[in-house]
Amino acid sequence: MTTTAPTRTSDEKPGKQPRRPVSELNARELLRWCWRQLTSMRTALVLLLLLALAAVPGSLIPQENVDSLKTSNWQKAHETLTPIYAKLGLFDVYGAPWFAAIYILLMLSLVGCILPRLFVYWRGLRAQPPATPMRLTRLPDSASYVTGESADEVLTRARGLLRKRRYRLRKEGEGASVSAERGYLREAGNLVFHLSILIVLVGFAMGSLFGYKGGVIVNVGSQYGFTNQMTQYDDFDPGSLFTASSLDDFDFSIDKFDVSWLDSGPRAGMAKGFQSHLTYRDGDGPEKTYDLRVNHPLSIGGTEVFLIGHGYAPVITVRDGQGNVAYSGPTVFLPQDSSFVSFGVVKAQYAKPEGIGLNAMFYPYEVTVHGDPVNLTGDIGDGKHAVLSFQAWKGDLNQSAGPQSVYQLDTSKATQVTAPGGKAFNLHVGQTVKLPNGLGSVTFDKIERWNKLQISKQPGKRIALGGVCLALLGLLGSLFIRPRRVWVRARDTEDGTLVEVAALDRSGGGDTAAVVEGLVASLRGQSPEDRS
Amino acid sequence: MTDHDWGTLSNQAVAAAGIVYFLALLSHLVEWSALVGRKQAVAVAKEPARTRVGASAGGGTDTLAGRGAPTDAAGPAPAYVAEDARSERVALFGRLGYLLTIIAVACHLVALVGRGMAADPNRVPWGNMYEFTLSGTCIVAMFYVVLYRKFKLAWMAPVVVAFVLVVLMVGVLWLYEPVAPLTEALNSYWLVIHVISAALATGAFTLGGIASAVYLIKARSTKQTGWIGRVPSLDTLDRVSYRIHAFGFPVWTFAVLITGPIWAHQAWSSYWNWDPKEVWAFITWVVYAGYLHARATAGWKGRKAAILALVGLATLWFNFIGINYFSTTSQHSYASPAVSTIDRVEVLR
Ligand code: HEM
Repeated sequence: MTTTAPTRTSDEKPGKQPRRPVSELNARELLRWCWRQLTSMRTALVLLLLLALAAVPGSLIPQENVDSLKTSNWQKAHETLTPIYAKLGLFDVYGAPWFAAIYILLMLSLVGCILPRLFVYWRGLRAQPPATPMRLTRLPDSASYVTGESADEVLTRARGLLRKRRYRLRKEGEGASVSAERGYLREAGNLVFHLSILIVLVGFAMGSLFGYKGGVIVNVGSQYGFTNQMTQYDDFDPGSLFTASSLDDFDFSIDKFDVSWLDSGPRAGMAKGFQSHLTYRDGDGPEKTYDLRVNHPLSIGGTEVFLIGHGYAPVITVRDGQGNVAYSGPTVFLPQDSSFVSFGVVKAQYAKPEGIGLNAMFYPYEVTVHGDPVNLTGDIGDGKHAVLSFQAWKGDLNQSAGPQSVYQLDTSKATQVTAPGGKAFNLHVGQTVKLPNGLGSVTFDKIERWNKLQISKQPGKRIALGGVCLALLGLLGSLFIRPRRVWVRARDTEDGTLVEVAALDRSGGGDTAAVVEGLVASLRGQSPEDRS
Repeated sequence: MTDHDWGTLSNQAVAAAGIVYFLALLSHLVEWSALVGRKQAVAVAKEPARTRVGASAGGGTDTLAGRGAPTDAAGPAPAYVAEDARSERVALFGRLGYLLTIIAVACHLVALVGRGMAADPNRVPWGNMYEFTLSGTCIVAMFYVVLYRKFKLAWMAPVVVAFVLVVLMVGVLWLYEPVAPLTEALNSYWLVIHVISAALATGAFTLGGIASAVYLIKARSTKQTGWIGRVPSLDTLDRVSYRIHAFGFPVWTFAVLITGPIWAHQAWSSYWNWDPKEVWAFITWVVYAGYLHARATAGWKGRKAAILALVGLATLWFNFIGINYFSTTSQHSYASPAVSTIDRVEVLR
């Protein structure tokens, strides 16, 4: 910093009262003291650093809201640490009270710091530039020269030059000097920036309090579909003030799902693009269609629908020992790797005489290479190469014990039945296999697909975005507008007119030496009978 | 040219850039070694040559870090004539190094373009960590070349060139991946803007951080000879650092708090997910906000602010490189397809 700007008093307020002994501090003064501490620049700085520090653990410890599965796995693996971490809120750092305490304090400090500055600024807007200091050449950046022109000529020219450079000039009582100031908008930028942070926070808070985020797997086919009701979601993560009545009224179905694959290059077999052809209805409105793609969400009212995943849903029919259908339908299988080898579970608890459960793997495109089965990545064509491979259990699937994951078969009370040759049963599309001992049969009817959709509503997102943009605008003003004071004084001496020029940069970033040089050059450049 | 040709061109251009950066580094090292033992007196002797308008009192005279080129000096004192041959060598190798750096940056740019053209369809060159490293280093080098005159960055040359060279080599040796199309989630023009601005800010912060590091070294060092003598005054270092950071900060704000969330919103349905990459980008932002505050807070100017700038730089590069090894939840992983595996679905029915 070049200048020791006397004007920068954000930290210490001028005109402090003399300190009294501590014993005389009454409650009001204590309060005032606390407030002054809280709103000091140093506190703001410390709180900022504290905020940065506090955000760190959330990136290293798995977070419940970010990845609940990973979190629970972590918790299972660290039994001693988990209760301690849970108590400290380390699995939900960004919702933890101590994290909130830091940013609330920061915001309080911000308001306490910025509001008074707002008033000061308001008053300062109409004030005059300050009077010219007595000894200009004492200022860090100053210059002087002697000229034959009269003082009046020099000062008039200086006024013209400075006005052209959009300085504001001091009007009254100047005598033989010019006092000019520019860059008032810098402080405005600073104020806008800080106040916008509050706006962003409000927008963000609205989203996390009143919004929600839910996920649902919807089978592809116009016979299936989704209606926006809480019961239809597979997972639902509402804000703490969310009410079901704020769910927008709409429904949709996925008529068709297209995947395009890369068929050459190092990532051959990787999906290149996805497209879900939706038919949707907003409330009682007419049916409309939309091609849902990654990065191109569908927005209905304030709600948005995102395509975030897809997979296969083999249609499986299980008949029991009496020949009745005990289970039938498309079964969602979860992809295990990028070749879409997928895992799924079938539970036919009420089959007679005994319940039937299947743990199944789905191989979308299996070929035999050197005698070993290999699953190829990419388009599966007509599904002729798809294989459904499963292990079967009979007996009680323990479903009365409480809620179970649909992707997990509880075999604790069941016994495995095996195929004659080995353990697993293998089926191609259209095939049926009989289970041993008259237990029943399993048919692999056909292959369907599913889409995983994320549906969310985040009120306040426009407010947050607007806030950040405003903040950026203010920031640019605050960083790049140079508040500057310039003085010119002209005095008659024996050698001629002595002209003194000085400048003061209040931001500390500017190169005031260049300003002085430039001004002197223009002042002299226009004077014909220049002597020195 | 076929895609394959472009790919080959890119690889060769990277190699060429690496070699030329290396030559530039050598040249700057020669320049430096000539400086060792050179007395501060020489630099001071040349200083008054710079004409200032009028007789300004006060301490605003920055020891300008000009090349120390003899042309600047209006006739050095005779006692220093022997030194002149030496400073000529310094100036020569300095200029050579700068010239080589410009050539290297040109090769570097060709490598970037080749990378983008090699993909089908053509695309921006940041599909994976290798390309990202390539882009990031290129931007640091370009900033340096462009700002060289404006901020008189000659003193920074060896540090910048060494930095770019090392990071580029790390990229080539450990991060290299063959050309491949972007996964679909990465295929968005918001992402293009996001990455350009993030890379620009990264480049700026890196340069600013170097200035701050040099500030700290100079502030600690008692001797004022050799390279340290050559480096500008503490005030100037502080100001250069501030101005580069002041450019970087709004750009980073734009990248991390505007375009990033917009893209995240499109791709993942939520504009802020507290994903580790986002968290660290936020931390970096807060630390740099702290740096800007520090410069305005009594008692934090100068040294402490410089330390904060380096902390910010550390968080920035940790986010870029380190976080991938600490956390696997990041959705910013480049290799894995954004859409396919759903391991999060834990449905209770
Ligand atoms: C979320 C928290 C905050 C952030 C991100 C933040 C960020 C910034 C940034 C980036 C600047 C630099 C702009 C410039 O140089 O003009 C700045 C300046 C400033 N901030 Fe903050 N700030 C925060 C909170 C606060 C608080 C709590 C206070 C008051 C105690 C405060 C008071 C100031 C002041 C007075 C300046 C102007 C310094 C000057 O005169 O150059 N800020 N802030």
